Amino acid sequence: MKELLIRNGRVIDPASGRDGIADVFIRNELIVAVGDRIDAAGAAVFDATGLVVAPGFIDMHVHLREPGFEYSETIETGCRAAAAGGFTSICCMPNTSPINDSATVTSYIVDRARQHGIVNVFPIGAITKNSAGEELAAIGSMKAAGAVAISDDGRPVMNARVMRRALETAHSFDMPVINHCEDLHLSAGGDMHEGTESMRLGLRGIPSASEDVMVARDILLAEVTGAQYHVAHISSRHSVEMVNFARRRGLSVTCEVTPHHFALADTDMAPYDSNYKMKPPLRSRCDASAVIDGIVSGAVDAIATDHAPHPGSEKMQEFEKCPFGIIGLETALGLSLEYLVHTGRIPLSRLVALFTTGPARILKLKRGTLGAGCAADLTIFDPERSWTYDVNRSASKSRNSPFDGRSFRGGPVATMVDGSFVWQAE
Amino acid sequence: MRPGLLGIEALSREDIEAILTRAKDFQPHGGESFKRFDILRGRMVVNLFFEASTRTRTSFEIAAKRLGADAVSITASSSSVSKGESLVDTLNTLAAMRPDAIIMRHSASGAPHFLARHLAIPIVNAGDGTHEHPTQALLDARTILDQRPALEGLRVAIIGDIEHSRVARSNVHLLSKFGAHVVLCGPASLLPRELANLASGVTLTNDMAEAITGADVIMMLRVQLERQHEATFPAGEYFRFYGLRLEHLQLAKQDAIVMHPGPINRGRELSSEVADSQKSVILSQVENGVAVRMAVLEKILA
Repeated sequence: MKELLIRNGRVIDPASGRDGIADVFIRNELIVAVGDRIDAAGAAVFDATGLVVAPGFIDMHVHLREPGFEYSETIETGCRAAAAGGFTSICCMPNTSPINDSATVTSYIVDRARQHGIVNVFPIGAITKNSAGEELAAIGSMKAAGAVAISDDGRPVMNARVMRRALETAHSFDMPVINHCEDLHLSAGGDMHEGTESMRLGLRGIPSASEDVMVARDILLAEVTGAQYHVAHISSRHSVEMVNFARRRGLSVTCEVTPHHFALADTDMAPYDSNYKMKPPLRSRCDASAVIDGIVSGAVDAIATDHAPHPGSEKMQEFEKCPFGIIGLETALGLSLEYLVHTGRIPLSRLVALFTTGPARILKLKRGTLGAGCAADLTIFDPERSWTYDVNRSASKSRNSPFDGRSFRGGPVATMVDGSFVWQAE
Repeated sequence: MRPGLLGIEALSREDIEAILTRAKDFQPHGGESFKRFDILRGRMVVNLFFEASTRTRTSFEIAAKRLGADAVSITASSSSVSKGESLVDTLNTLAAMRPDAIIMRHSASGAPHFLARHLAIPIVNAGDGTHEHPTQALLDARTILDQRPALEGLRVAIIGDIEHSRVARSNVHLLSKFGAHVVLCGPASLLPRELANLASGVTLTNDMAEAITGADVIMMLRVQLERQHEATFPAGEYFRFYGLRLEHLQLAKQDAIVMHPGPINRGRELSSEVADSQKSVILSQVENGVAVRMAVLEKILA
């Protein structure tokens, strides 16, 4: 029997509304109690004075690249980067090779993640076979094998009729459908947000409208089907408004935001630096502030990283040739504190909710809370600690981050999964 | 590290004036050819062209040789790019042969900027994608200044496929720095509204007559079919609405000049009569190309 007392931290548990100094008592892999001055003679002690003790963070949007692209990331390296970023659970997108469109691939990912036993991995299955947008994948079987949602991330379903059937099918299996909202005809060939910057740099644009028309379509389909629908990495002002509109109509519509979409705008891009190239692209300053407003107003339910590793050889090319995506697991908390909490836009408890109860509710995970009897997944962080991100020391296999060398105020200190520390700051 | 020349946008008015003034010294007189100089004796430049080009490549080559430098020209099809080598590796390989500068043209916007971050050798941008073509804007300015005392206050109409034009972008930056009024004109699909924010003194219109009215300079652009990835304008209507014909010239100032970066497509963006008219300075542009590039190479290498 293993007992641990995490003493004197500021315990923030959005599920119970607790936010105050308390102790957390853990036995083996479960939380036993949270309370004042718990007497646990004989238990090991972790002194959390000055630190925040939160339920383990959940990142509902990660690319682990295994199977198929192990040169970019593996389940193991991705999980280590997650732990270093304070995440105890991550959801991996299906765009591997083969694509996770069957129970076989889902099971493979679940098994591999269990073998490494670093953080919890919840696979997201494909909507359509091979994410080709035509024939529905084996959605029920993937759920039985452990998938928590479906998405054709990066290759959005363009056919509205197929999307409708996907929503209906997912609804009957009580799963959310997550869409990477992009009208591929409108965005075709684009490399960055369409605006003055793209015009100035002579790069082809990805208009906000390519995201907006897809969000609009999907919200209407969510209403028709009554299904649960989630907008991945929302980045435009109009899309945030439309999610608000859907909420007011009582639809089961949610959305997530990535740290880079509220921290950066297209004008922040170092010229032709592919570490700033991702989809959706960094949008205008006005969009970035609308995204923050959405977080403040409650329209946004979760912060997710869209951690997308790519090897240097693929990012060291002409801008238009480079693949989309940046890594983000290790910088998410630092950026969120900097842009949302230290600026006074949201309290710490809301930030914790965006990383815990928000995604847990969407995906119906029994995680993200410190209730007695729950799995002892904890994220312990220091909202004030200053540190500098050195991408060359990243636990990820890839180095494609625009935040290399950036100094942060606040970051993770220790990450616990099922009662064991899987990462601690040096 | 010696700076090369990546674009007009980052240059100051003084930088540009210095090049334009120096270029005047290199202009040939009357029917003479370009004079030979020893300014760059012993220097070597590599012309690396990843995109088809006759005039720009030849112009740079002549400019380098007239200054006494050695010039080597490489086109992408004959280089190892066709064997799958990455751009960085190709440039690193060339840089190891110790040229003094690399002049490059590439179809990707920002390709020279990307390389400049990773290589110590000066890079001269001879056109990158749909971004900039700095020496073209310099030679255009030299050509205008051969006809007018100053750029300030001039009305310059640039007409055609603006969105895909690196010539237009470089000219907008240069002309704006000197206080010219630039009117960009083309069909809406080739004239995104954001272009108006590129620099001060820029206005947009879809109406060719409006653009030309009162113009001192009319710059026609080639319709860049190779950069258009779709039908952006109804086929067959382009010349009718955006082709320059003699009757248009009535709307411009009496002494207006017609320019074109070449290669021209007669009957597509301008009529044969206009191309051959007294107002056309298209061949002076080509001539000034050599003089301006001599001034640029001297500035970078001497």
